[in-house]
Amino acid sequence: MTDVKRPVKLSCRNLWKVFGAGAEEFMRRSNGAASAQALSEARLIGAVRQASIDVHEGEIFIVMGLSGSGKSTLLRCLSRLIEPTYGDVNFDGRDFLKASDTELIEIRRRKMGMVFQHFALLPHLTVLENVGFPLSVQGVPKTELKKRAQAVIDLVGLKGREHHYPRELSGGQQQRVGIARSLAVEPEIWFLDEPFSALDPLIRREMQSELMRLQNVLKKTIVFITHDFDEAIKLADRIAIMKDGEIIQIGAPEELVLNPATDYVAEFTRDVNRAKVMSAQSLMRASAAGGQHAGKVDAKAKVETFAAAIVGANLPFAVTDGNGRLLGEVTPQAVIDLLAGRHVKQAQP
Amino acid sequence: MTDAVLTHSDSRMGALPGWRVAALVAGVVAVALAISWIVPGGWDYPTQAIIPFAEWISAFMQWLKATFTWLTRGLADLVNIPLQLAIGFLAKGYRIYLTEGFITLPRFSWVGVCAVAAFVGYRFGGLKLALLSGLSFLAIALFRQWDSAMLTLALILVCVPICVATGLLVGIWGYLNPKANRVLIMPALDLLQTIPTFAYLIPMLLLFGNSPVSALLATGLFATPPMVRATVLGLSKVPQDIKDFADMAGCTRRQKLWRVLVPSAKPSLMLGVNQVIMLALNMVIISSMIGAGGLGYDVLLALRALKVGQAMEAGLAIVVLAIVLDRVSQAAAQQRPEQDAMQKPWFQRHASLIAILAVLLVTTLASLGLPAFGKVPNEITFTTAPAWKAAVDWVTVNYFDVIEAVRITFLLYVLNPLRAFFEGLPWLGVVLLLAFAAWRLGGIWLAVIVALLTAFCATTGLWVQTMATLYLCGVAALIAAAIGIPIGVWASRSDRVEKVVTPFIDTLQTIPSFCFIIPVVMLFRVGDVTALIATVAFAVVPAIRYTNHGIRQVPHELIEAGTAAGCTKRQLFWRVQLPVAMPEIMLGLNQTILLSLSMIVICAMIGTRDLGQEVFKALSKADSGKGLVAGLAIAFIGIIADRLITAWVDRLKAKRGLA
Ligand SMILES: Nc1ncnc2c1ncn2[C@@H]1O[C@H](COP(=O)(O)OP(=O)(O)O)[C@@H](O)[C@H]1O
Ligand SMILES: [Mg+2]
Repeated sequence: MTDVKRPVKLSCRNLWKVFGAGAEEFMRRSNGAASAQALSEARLIGAVRQASIDVHEGEIFIVMGLSGSGKSTLLRCLSRLIEPTYGDVNFDGRDFLKASDTELIEIRRRKMGMVFQHFALLPHLTVLENVGFPLSVQGVPKTELKKRAQAVIDLVGLKGREHHYPRELSGGQQQRVGIARSLAVEPEIWFLDEPFSALDPLIRREMQSELMRLQNVLKKTIVFITHDFDEAIKLADRIAIMKDGEIIQIGAPEELVLNPATDYVAEFTRDVNRAKVMSAQSLMRASAAGGQHAGKVDAKAKVETFAAAIVGANLPFAVTDGNGRLLGEVTPQAVIDLLAGRHVKQAQP
Repeated sequence: MTDAVLTHSDSRMGALPGWRVAALVAGVVAVALAISWIVPGGWDYPTQAIIPFAEWISAFMQWLKATFTWLTRGLADLVNIPLQLAIGFLAKGYRIYLTEGFITLPRFSWVGVCAVAAFVGYRFGGLKLALLSGLSFLAIALFRQWDSAMLTLALILVCVPICVATGLLVGIWGYLNPKANRVLIMPALDLLQTIPTFAYLIPMLLLFGNSPVSALLATGLFATPPMVRATVLGLSKVPQDIKDFADMAGCTRRQKLWRVLVPSAKPSLMLGVNQVIMLALNMVIISSMIGAGGLGYDVLLALRALKVGQAMEAGLAIVVLAIVLDRVSQAAAQQRPEQDAMQKPWFQRHASLIAILAVLLVTTLASLGLPAFGKVPNEITFTTAPAWKAAVDWVTVNYFDVIEAVRITFLLYVLNPLRAFFEGLPWLGVVLLLAFAAWRLGGIWLAVIVALLTAFCATTGLWVQTMATLYLCGVAALIAAAIGIPIGVWASRSDRVEKVVTPFIDTLQTIPSFCFIIPVVMLFRVGDVTALIATVAFAVVPAIRYTNHGIRQVPHELIEAGTAAGCTKRQLFWRVQLPVAMPEIMLGLNQTILLSLSMIVICAMIGTRDLGQEVFKALSKADSGKGLVAGLAIAFIGIIADRLITAWVDRLKAKRGLA
């Protein structure tokens, strides 16, 4: 998905959120560039510092970082739940920070959806009423509201629970309601702030698959926040890694694994199952002229999908692009090295 | 944290060793006394220097009354509409005036009201609550308290919605505007809740006359603050996630408030409603003095005529009513919406309401033909008054000497000397001492406030009465603490004891303050001893509750750490549990003091000689200036005690790293 450049849906440039007295004034004086030391000397907290990201249409953009690294604050700035202290946010090519209150309400009503870590369901409403709530504040007529809410409830697999109250549902089911509710308005951009962190590991995995299933159908632009690197790898088209309020690297999972920008990133990627992350492309070498190939793989296929076959065949596989054109080959040895965790260097095609 | 607490428990008074603290205190006291002695007029406040606050306030009230007659009239007329409806339907029959003459609609049949009470109990709390509620109303009917009880109930039914709505709106304002909340609303609430109940009555009496409307408004002022607090707290406690959701769903500000925040805060709000109901009942009883009528008036009349039995019966009816209202409103607070409720047609959703109206209608129509439905027939009622009287007479005849001996001894050897001591204290010295304590505990601003408030009591010429109040309240609070804290400790160490104590103190807390006086008066007659006993019984509850709670919530790791360090059980209690629970216990003590104060003031009715008596006298003369000044002095005592203790608790907490 990343290779075809899609238009940018949401972006920010040199975005700052600084907490503390006189933060605005401080950032204006330092012209949008303050060191961590200068901030702490001024007794300010730089929750988000000089963040710049582009989120493309239809991609899953993941912000990953440990607790307290500023992920939620970044998301809240992007959605203007809080006002950034400095910097720009663009949404649909327009300056989002300039949107008036009424415009903001309008944009949120029609174009944005958000899922929360602790579900944020309204305790006094049933599942159906919760899901219909964003529609009802827009004044959608009752019958249509019911129809649309029911449709998303069916989509997330909660048919039959429409008239339950949140407290009667399990955590996983509650988050399904949260997801259905955020989808009810058919948003263009979908924010999820650690949506699965409060769930048990088993349920979490199930919900991750569910999200992928939904995304295959809906193709939303997604900004997803997590502190779980495995989750990030599993879902992401691209990942931004945050530390102490700064984004230290942005890239596809493969890039992070292959070329970690800092030791901090390397530390995260060390225990990752590479066969799941790396594609044929990244192990590919130039095809020897007239060399024999036991099979054919797509350049984007993950190693995991053909590892057994290639090791069994003990012959290189041809690597082809989407149109079946030969790009190069992958050798069984390269796959074995990768599986054994030996250092892999990116081969030049 | 474990280590911090264990080491700090040894240095309770800060860095100074015990004898130096004692020396310091003694020194400061000596200096304060010396200054009061030297400064002219520093001991007894000179009469000619009294600042005439009272006259100013009276003049202001007169002006207010003269200028805003149209407003007070209008307000009175407005409030009177629902009030007359409620009184009409529950108690007296509702008159509809026609062009000539009037027709009287009959009041609801007592049979119907009892049935409705049982039904409402059932709806919220199942069979048990149905029995409690239904039988209580039946008992009220059979013990001949029906008419008065319904009058009281009518006042509450009108008052509570008004208080709840007002409290909700003010609370929302406070939540949306934190600055107004901090500088205006919260201090006003503090004042409203510490001004003694009587003091409210006077301006109401002046502005609205001796009528149920005055009673209603006084009750409203007194009962609304907890709703405001519950609203501010409840709205602030709504999780940030939910607030964010409201914004992201594109709610307008109004939608966010009414469709997200308020419904999400409902559990807290309902607790507020419960408190409003209980305070309203408490106050409606006291307001009987300015024309509310009802059960409170019966008690008052009976006490004045020393009709022990009647007072006891009406008092018990109040208690029963209080318990029912409390339990039912608590059960209602825990109600959750029914599943699938919205699926049903409207008449099924409102089935309960329809049933209630039907029962009332049918029984009331029946009462037109059957007099037994309209008025509780004399044949089935009975009175316990003679029995109470006989019991008291018996006790008096047989134990008069013992009781008298106890009373007189206590009065002569404990209370009177203490009173003399307190009343003899120099005003300037006390101002200086309190300011010094405030400075040490909470800094310079607290010192200034405390000094000003204390000085107010002296400069208005009420110093002796203030000290008398302080003495009564102090002794009562001390006794209550001395009884309550050990019971709390005991309850905290045994689940069985706790199980016995809890329902007991729950009930004590439900009983309106007024009712504590009745049984004590029967045995000890009027005077300081009676006031003390009633006050202690009323104020002991928080001491027990907070102590128990505080000790029970000492973190388990701390106790394990202590045990691992080789503490005996005794050491564990004195050196771990008690110090850690101290802030909580102090808060309980704070509550005990405030309750003592409010009760001591009510005891003015039985002839104490303090600020309460000043208010009471002012009430009978409708002298709003004197009444309000004395009322403010009482409020200031409460505020000073509260601020000093809170500052102390904060310091304790900060020192232990618990803040
Ligand atoms: N309202 C606030 N005031 C002061 N500091 C804040 C506020 N909100 C967040 N922070 C600080 O900003 C940092 C980032 O917080 P957050 O964005 O919630 O982290 P994450 O979501 O990655 O766990 C934290 O150090 C937090 O203490
Ligand atoms: Mg977060």
